[in-house]
Amino acid sequence: MTARGAAWLFVAPALLVVGVFFFVPVLAGFALSLTDFDLYALADLGNLRLVGLRNYARLLTTPLFWQALGNTLYFVVAGVPLSIAVSLGTALLLHSRLVRFRAFFRTALFTPVVTTLVAVAVIWRYLFDTRYGWLNYALGALGAPPVDWLGDPRWAMPAIIVFAVWKSFGYNMIILLAGLQSIPAELYEAARIDGASACRQFRHITLPMLTPVGVMVSILTIAGYFQLFAEPYVMTQGGPLQSTVSVLYFMYEEGFKWWNLGAASAVAVMLFILIFALTVVQLCLVRWQSAA
Amino acid sequence: MVVNGLLLGAAVVSLFPLLWMASVSLMGPGEASTFPPPLMPRDASLGNYRELFAHGGMAGYVANSVMLTAAVTLVSLTINVAAGYAFAKLEFTARDRIFKLLLGALVIPAQVAMVPLFLLLKQLGLVNTYGGVIVPAAASIFGIFLVRQYALSIPNDLLEAARIDGASEFRIFRSVIVPTLKPIIVTLAVFTVLGTWNDFMWPLIVLSDQELYTLPVALASLSREHVQDPELMMAGAVLTTLPVLFVFLILQRHYIDGLTAGSVKE
Repeated sequence: MTARGAAWLFVAPALLVVGVFFFVPVLAGFALSLTDFDLYALADLGNLRLVGLRNYARLLTTPLFWQALGNTLYFVVAGVPLSIAVSLGTALLLHSRLVRFRAFFRTALFTPVVTTLVAVAVIWRYLFDTRYGWLNYALGALGAPPVDWLGDPRWAMPAIIVFAVWKSFGYNMIILLAGLQSIPAELYEAARIDGASACRQFRHITLPMLTPVGVMVSILTIAGYFQLFAEPYVMTQGGPLQSTVSVLYFMYEEGFKWWNLGAASAVAVMLFILIFALTVVQLCLVRWQSAA
Repeated sequence: MVVNGLLLGAAVVSLFPLLWMASVSLMGPGEASTFPPPLMPRDASLGNYRELFAHGGMAGYVANSVMLTAAVTLVSLTINVAAGYAFAKLEFTARDRIFKLLLGALVIPAQVAMVPLFLLLKQLGLVNTYGGVIVPAAASIFGIFLVRQYALSIPNDLLEAARIDGASEFRIFRSVIVPTLKPIIVTLAVFTVLGTWNDFMWPLIVLSDQELYTLPVALASLSREHVQDPELMMAGAVLTTLPVLFVFLILQRHYIDGLTAGSVKE
């Protein structure tokens, strides 16, 4: 057999799987979003009709869809900066020359990342318990009144954000730590000789040198936070008063509870466009910044 | 010492929920629902675990998770390693254009494909079977990418020498390439094991019979029924998450190397 023939045999299984089970569904999703695919069409494809953009029009007049979008944006806008701030803070601490037991701390802080999301969401549901939960107990020790974390529409999303930050900050911490370690020590050496304070060194060396990694971290984290699903599914079931219904939770219920698969595809397409647009905007901002 | 104090605080916050889970899983019914919330069981017992295996169907869920994780890992490693190597070191038509297309597709969230994928698998008769979980996961763009980046560093002379000796392409792959790629294969294996074991949304959608549930899907469903039994649910959470914690602790160097390899060193 020729080398070229062998090459095709090596890639063919991967291309077949990715093509048939990823690319085809992604494209089919756009097509499906233009149909009224529902329980009747599931039983008999003869009931399927093209409806153009009607699914989109209907979604844009559905209050729950707007609420899901608003909840998800709340989660992203509050959760991503908080999560990256915690990641950066802990990465700086781990990078400090004063740290003892660095390997232990790194592993300990990273551990929540590899736990099973559903399992730790179950744990946190009890930690958030109004009467017997540790969070209220700890806050009570500081003199704060008990909060009905998962039962109060004002507090349910903040609770989910706290949980999500706990679960995910270690991932970006590791990446930012690697970024910090790749900054040449001579830069700091030179700054110290010039008499720059630690604060100035951070602003003029650390932050600019960390920007490329930071941009990547923020793009990936935003895309990840838009995919909020299991947290509300396990901890609140979208409640109370639908204050934790996310876009994906809405898509799941629309598609796999009510079997409005056409409408669910439209939700997926809109989520994709949103994530894609935000990624492009961030990349443009970076290009514009570095050109300036 | 401020640095060490802050880190200690962060480590306590990171580990407390997990240690608390382990402790409550050993408590008797109702024991955790007292004030002030207890830290240690009065009388540690494995009763909750026994209950889960005797009446919760836990043995079946553990078996499903182990089986599916093993199957997905074996199949996808084989397929991704072969493809990643070919994209790095073998010549074929439109190789670079296909690779660019795959890279571009990395930005598409998997959830976008879920509804049509469900309908496709239904046509193939794979909904509500293990195949419905295994087949779509049999190759991943991320896995191919990770292997390719590593395989680029294999010297071409090594391949040429083997070819001059008359070795077939498959022999070269088996006895030269796979041993060279071993570090990245271990890393990818850890990623795949953790990712498959922890996956929730897709198994929730594609598996509808309770007998086929994986641990996360089963735990989510049990926790809806047993809201008032924290002790029982913590035992379920321990069974669900302890295996992956072990895998991570044993192989963490490979996992963390993989995280940083793809990101910082371009």
